[in-house]
Amino acid sequence: MTFLTMSLLVWAASLLAGFLGALTGLGGGVVVVPLLAVLFHVDLRYAVGASLLSVIATSSGAAAAYVREGVSNVRVGMFLEIATTVGALAGAAVAAHVATGAVAVVFGLVLLGAAGVSLRHPARERGLVAPPERIARALRLDGSFPGPGGPVYYTVRRVPAGFGLMFLAGGLSGLLGIGSGALKVIAMDDVMRLPFKVSTTTSNFMIGVTAAASAGVYLARGYIDPGLAAPVVLGVLAGALLGARLLPRIRSHVLRLVFAAVIVALAVEMLYQGATGRL
Amino acid sequence: MRQWTDERMERFIGGLLRIGVLLAAALVLAGAVVFLAHHGGERPDYRVFRGEPRALRGVGGIVREALALDGPGLIQTGLLVLIATPVARVAFSVFAFAAQGDRAYVVITLVVLAVLGFSLLGTGP
Repeated sequence: MTFLTMSLLVWAASLLAGFLGALTGLGGGVVVVPLLAVLFHVDLRYAVGASLLSVIATSSGAAAAYVREGVSNVRVGMFLEIATTVGALAGAAVAAHVATGAVAVVFGLVLLGAAGVSLRHPARERGLVAPPERIARALRLDGSFPGPGGPVYYTVRRVPAGFGLMFLAGGLSGLLGIGSGALKVIAMDDVMRLPFKVSTTTSNFMIGVTAAASAGVYLARGYIDPGLAAPVVLGVLAGALLGARLLPRIRSHVLRLVFAAVIVALAVEMLYQGATGRL
Repeated sequence: MRQWTDERMERFIGGLLRIGVLLAAALVLAGAVVFLAHHGGERPDYRVFRGEPRALRGVGGIVREALALDGPGLIQTGLLVLIATPVARVAFSVFAFAAQGDRAYVVITLVVLAVLGFSLLGTGP
């Protein structure tokens, strides 16, 4: 295969990954790495480097569209970014010292978790206001977003647990080159009890900053190959923009099932190849 | 001067992110075209990890390659712009929180900026 053929094929695969990632809310990175490793036999380090950059591109691209709605919580995002960026640096440091087979196995397990998350029933809004908690009040994390009948106020809960989960999310992002969007939403939605809309947009905001923290390390280590990263970044970005545009018009239930099946298949492949030392 | 309300800050950040992504995508695309025009017929080998040449690992080397209109150099420059976009967002937030008189969040944001700075500048080969 020549560079030209490979670039076109990788671009097309990345486009599909970005498209499905946007429709299911999981992001493209989670599929791009196993696709590159399993289908194109790319070394896991190059795959992770290219994927990480596509994660920054989609996060920034999508955040640019979301921020105008004014629902993300800047303070929650910034405070939790301390945890995700430090976690990302730790993850990138670990990545340099473990065998790629072990990274592949962790990746397979995370894929299985992501498949489970993608099948969860989406957002049911709960009662938004619980008694304010001391840490959240001290950090002024409680917020509001514009609703149909004026601003909707909400309180933020269990800040330390959320902060801890964010460190883990950052670590996985730095180790695997993914956005860890699913884990970030779980931390904010299920643990800190932010409204779902606020969790998703704030998470999207944070993903780019988290990924930038480990991207610097990857670049310095030579993990980021321009010939591979170019089609991946351009493909995932185009796919994600397309997916976001079509999202309101597509019935996503069947798509979720298909996507979950694809992810499980990729997970099994990563586990097998990782455990037998082929990756 | 108008106040930097949370809402106005978010709108400005939205514009910043859009410009960053568009510029990065344009540079990467231009670099890919130049690269494929010269090397499109050669065979890639990504099975074995060799690591990028030193010139493509740091800011100085990348910009030098890009100014020579070298394909990989242009792509890496686009990728640097991409990485710099969220960093610029954090840097701007320091200023915006300061304008709001929110000292606690100026400190929190500076901590995030310091971690990012360490990653980009402190971990060289």
